[in-house]
Amino acid sequence: MTNDSVGTVETQYFTFCEPPDELTLKSGVKLGPVTLAYETYGKLNSDKSNAILVLHALTGDAHAAGYHQGDDKPGWWDKMIGPDKAFDTNKYFIICSNVIGGCKGSTGPSSVNPRTGRPYGLSFPVITIADMVAAQKKLLDALGVPQLLSVAGGSMGGSQSLKWSVMYPDFVRSAVIIATNYRHSAQQIAFHEVGRQAIMSDPDWQKGDYYGKTIPSRGLALARMMGHITYMSDKSMEEKFGRKLLEKEKVGYDFSLDFEVGGYLKYRGDSFVQRFDANSYLYLTKAVDYFDLSQGKGLDKAFAKTKASFLVISFTSDWLYPSYQSKELVKALKVNDLDVSDIVINSNYGHDAFLVETKGQSNIIKHFLARIQKGVNHD
Amino acid sequence: MIETPSPIKFVHQVILELIEPNSKVLDLGCGDGTLLSLLIRTKNISGTGIEINEQAIYQAVAKGLTVSHADIDSGLVDYSNKRFDYVILNESLQEVLRPKEVILEACRVGKKVIVGIPNFCYWTARLQIFLNGRVPVTKELPHEWDETPNLRFLSIKDFRAFCRRNEIRVLKEIGVSRNHRILFLRNLFANTGVFLLEK
Repeated sequence: MTNDSVGTVETQYFTFCEPPDELTLKSGVKLGPVTLAYETYGKLNSDKSNAILVLHALTGDAHAAGYHQGDDKPGWWDKMIGPDKAFDTNKYFIICSNVIGGCKGSTGPSSVNPRTGRPYGLSFPVITIADMVAAQKKLLDALGVPQLLSVAGGSMGGSQSLKWSVMYPDFVRSAVIIATNYRHSAQQIAFHEVGRQAIMSDPDWQKGDYYGKTIPSRGLALARMMGHITYMSDKSMEEKFGRKLLEKEKVGYDFSLDFEVGGYLKYRGDSFVQRFDANSYLYLTKAVDYFDLSQGKGLDKAFAKTKASFLVISFTSDWLYPSYQSKELVKALKVNDLDVSDIVINSNYGHDAFLVETKGQSNIIKHFLARIQKGVNHD
Repeated sequence: MIETPSPIKFVHQVILELIEPNSKVLDLGCGDGTLLSLLIRTKNISGTGIEINEQAIYQAVAKGLTVSHADIDSGLVDYSNKRFDYVILNESLQEVLRPKEVILEACRVGKKVIVGIPNFCYWTARLQIFLNGRVPVTKELPHEWDETPNLRFLSIKDFRAFCRRNEIRVLKEIGVSRNHRILFLRNLFANTGVFLLEK
């Protein structure tokens, strides 16, 4: 462990909305009690002005930085969060919250329904990005955070950050929106749909009622394999694998795995099954697919009440969330006379760049946050 | 971080004197943000930059600026009418594909527009053409024809005519050569022209 790490951390849990005060979801359905898993790094300052909420992507969790006891791998954004890093824990109080619908300690389809004593499965209500944000707001209220210096995230985390700036305009001083879109496009929905179909066509899925039985591992692995292709780029795959063969001298002229890239995807799929719940994958992909800030009224209108300063980051090789979509967002923010900086970072890593291309991101986020902390808004 | 301001470029000093305190300023092609941060320090403006170079954006944001990653030709369409008190186009117009559209767009989003251009009819340039029969390479125009970033070659006089043609009022015209102002025969003795425009 190096001295730029936040050190050993522990996931914490906050349970709220106990019946009869359940959380009313966007769909109108009530959900309660709700538990959110979260971690915090750094300290809330005396005037409570240094809190930053960090939000994870589709299959992420609350463990963004530091090490869990006994682990040798740090949290998913450890390169970005820590002393003197982009999200400097010497200066800021960082909160990372898991989402409802997930399977990483927050209430989701694999949680036990207190009314039945059995896992929710498909009886879990369909959730939206807005519901995730509403639940996080309860957590921040409980933590005594009166306003966020910033809310930041990539991919689905970026969708949540955007939603934060719209739902709670007075609560959010700035937002860092990375590799994301203001609405899910047809292509993005299409990939998610194939992933869901892979899970639901696995005989072990059993209409979501597989807890305590055989899990739909083939379907979930397949969904993840396809997802992984969309997270990489043509170039990063070529560099990493090319046409290298998998522990072979020559191709087998059969249907075994010939190529390294296939072996890699299979490995990623199989290891994903160990750590993620198939039903959560259905619920979360659906939540992202439903996300559309423009809501048919036009995107410009969506930000009418928003006050935050924005930093919008995209990556040249990200074909899942291409830069032009970030530019559409930037345009809508500018039309609303909001303070917005944006950058297209040159990277070969595709959509995964928001996790691995940390040098450019750190550079720009660090200075952006410093300006917001100083209270400078260029609008 | 302690920032030591570098010596102020004379042209920047000239532009600075054109700008009212506390204004909203957009710098088109802001580079590393030197001019904008000077204006923030000395005039308390709120500044936004547009820049195409990724590395320059990091430097500009490090100076506490708001910067958008775009080229000058397309970067203005997103802004509402008269959103800014000043739009600055300094040392960038000659690299623009469609200068007329850019200036008209700048006049749309800015109440006033400040344009700084290199004068291609500066006397040393004229001499090189006249005596050597070569396209000029000077201190201000240091590139050979095959590697110059400049797409447009214009003089102070050309720019005046352009403004007349497009019904843009020239509120001020300042000729600059090295570290002083040129008061007479600017098209001959000024290597840079700075214009304050309004439409």
